[in-house]
Amino acid sequence: MFKQKHRSKFLFSLVGILLALLWLSPFYLMLVNAFKSNFEIFNSVLAFPETFMFDNFKQAFIDLDFINALTNSLIISVGSILLIIVFSSMAAYALSRNKSRLSGVIFLVFVAAMLIPFQSVMIPLISIFGRIDMLNTYGLLFMYLGFGSSLSIFLYHGAVKGIPVSLDEAAMIDGASRWTIFWKIIFPMLKPITITVMILNVIWIWNDYLLPSLVLSQEYATIPLRMFYFFGQYTKQWHLALAGLTIAIIPVIVIYFFAQRHIIKGVADGAVK
Amino acid sequence: MRNKEISFWLFVLPALFALTVVVFFPFFYGFYYSFTDWNGLTATTFLGLENYIAAFQDSRFKDSIEFTIKFAIASIILVNILGLGLAVLVTQKIKISNGLRTIFFMPNLIGGLILGFIWQFIFISGFDAVGRLLNLPFLQGWLSTPETGFWGLVILNVWQYAGYIMVIYISYLQSVPEELVEAAEIDGANIFQRFWRVKFPLVAPAFTISLFLTLSNAFKLYDQNLALTNGGPFGSTEMLAMEIYKTAFFRYEMAYAQSKAVIFFILVAVVALTQVYVNKKREVEL
Repeated sequence: MFKQKHRSKFLFSLVGILLALLWLSPFYLMLVNAFKSNFEIFNSVLAFPETFMFDNFKQAFIDLDFINALTNSLIISVGSILLIIVFSSMAAYALSRNKSRLSGVIFLVFVAAMLIPFQSVMIPLISIFGRIDMLNTYGLLFMYLGFGSSLSIFLYHGAVKGIPVSLDEAAMIDGASRWTIFWKIIFPMLKPITITVMILNVIWIWNDYLLPSLVLSQEYATIPLRMFYFFGQYTKQWHLALAGLTIAIIPVIVIYFFAQRHIIKGVADGAVK
Repeated sequence: MRNKEISFWLFVLPALFALTVVVFFPFFYGFYYSFTDWNGLTATTFLGLENYIAAFQDSRFKDSIEFTIKFAIASIILVNILGLGLAVLVTQKIKISNGLRTIFFMPNLIGGLILGFIWQFIFISGFDAVGRLLNLPFLQGWLSTPETGFWGLVILNVWQYAGYIMVIYISYLQSVPEELVEAAEIDGANIFQRFWRVKFPLVAPAFTISLFLTLSNAFKLYDQNLALTNGGPFGSTEMLAMEIYKTAFFRYEMAYAQSKAVIFFILVAVVALTQVYVNKKREVEL
């Protein structure tokens, strides 16, 4: 029985490794071909590059306007996630502590909004924001707060329920205001769910293409937007396109490498609750 | 008492204001204008159901619905089978399970647009090279026919979401009490029986979540569609979201596009609510 267990573990490992290689093969092909000349890609896709063309990366980096795109992506992701965390946690706290009927209805409204797909509001949204001249970075941050608040409030709401009300009451007797109670006592206790909210929203906002493509002008383009223009420019030149894709992926892979445990756990918590 | 109410509203209003302005107001605004000849700025006549009737007679729109449903069915089945399989594999207490988990989940961190571009290269050049090497002609000419375009999208979607769904199944598989599995083992249950008879019923709630997630993802897919096939060849792989986008921003038929967007909402909402209802009922009966 022991021997059989040993053998099945070996088999599982083998299957796992083969599957992992299969899973990684698109990244492998992207990376090796990013170093080739267009001619070499045409002749041999699967082989290792004969000479490493670092110039592909240099040109892709410049044409992507990568520093600018990275800065825009960072501003939008950090800004909107701060807004989402601050205002969703506050709203969830008030909605969870207030047991009135109205409070319950408002919470339901937030949850119901999750049923509305983006494409169903996209056209009027852009029309309305265009009229008030808000098709810019500020408008986009506000939109992300609106779209991100539903799930975030839902997650925070569940977490606040787990914190005993007696804590609020004790602080209230000591004369603390709601504002102080929330930020000094409750919010620090919500740290695990804050990390989950942050991770889920970063993955979404950092990679989002459709909404920023409708809102931002070219100079404020984020990485996915810039990638779209860039790819259109180099349709038949895979060596540059692949070098550009590699550059665009690097920041994400570096962060994933350091925070993979938190990220996977955050995604699991967010989906399961 | 008054004070309490003021602080309640101060806490709730910013998020509620953003949600209203960004989601609910455009939703009802768009709903109203879908019954008119709205051009994005003004509407002059009320058309009643005209846009909706036209939408149901629009062969491009109907084709995109059909394509999206086919895509959703193929994706749901494959993503869930593979996701569950991967979850079972990485919970076998093998040394490399953590590394495997990291690799299978990785595609989910990268945006659909970038993944679509990478896979465009894989399908066009990578598949072609492997096909020539192993003399498999069916690997050549991918994305140039409706069938390979369809399966290209399905493969990309399965590769991306299987790792995501795996994470959900893992958290349920790990909540199965160890003693239960051991007891079954002592009673002589083999590995398949231990899975199907002991673990599987306890993992049932994970299906509610996973089916719901894969279904709504499949219906709303846009970025991957844009980057991989852009609806081609000849519009044969245009999914619902893209069809609505093109009606609005390529053909500038705003009210008409919005009527399609309302139909899209009803489809997504009905499917989602039915699924939650059915699964909840099944869980109770179990």
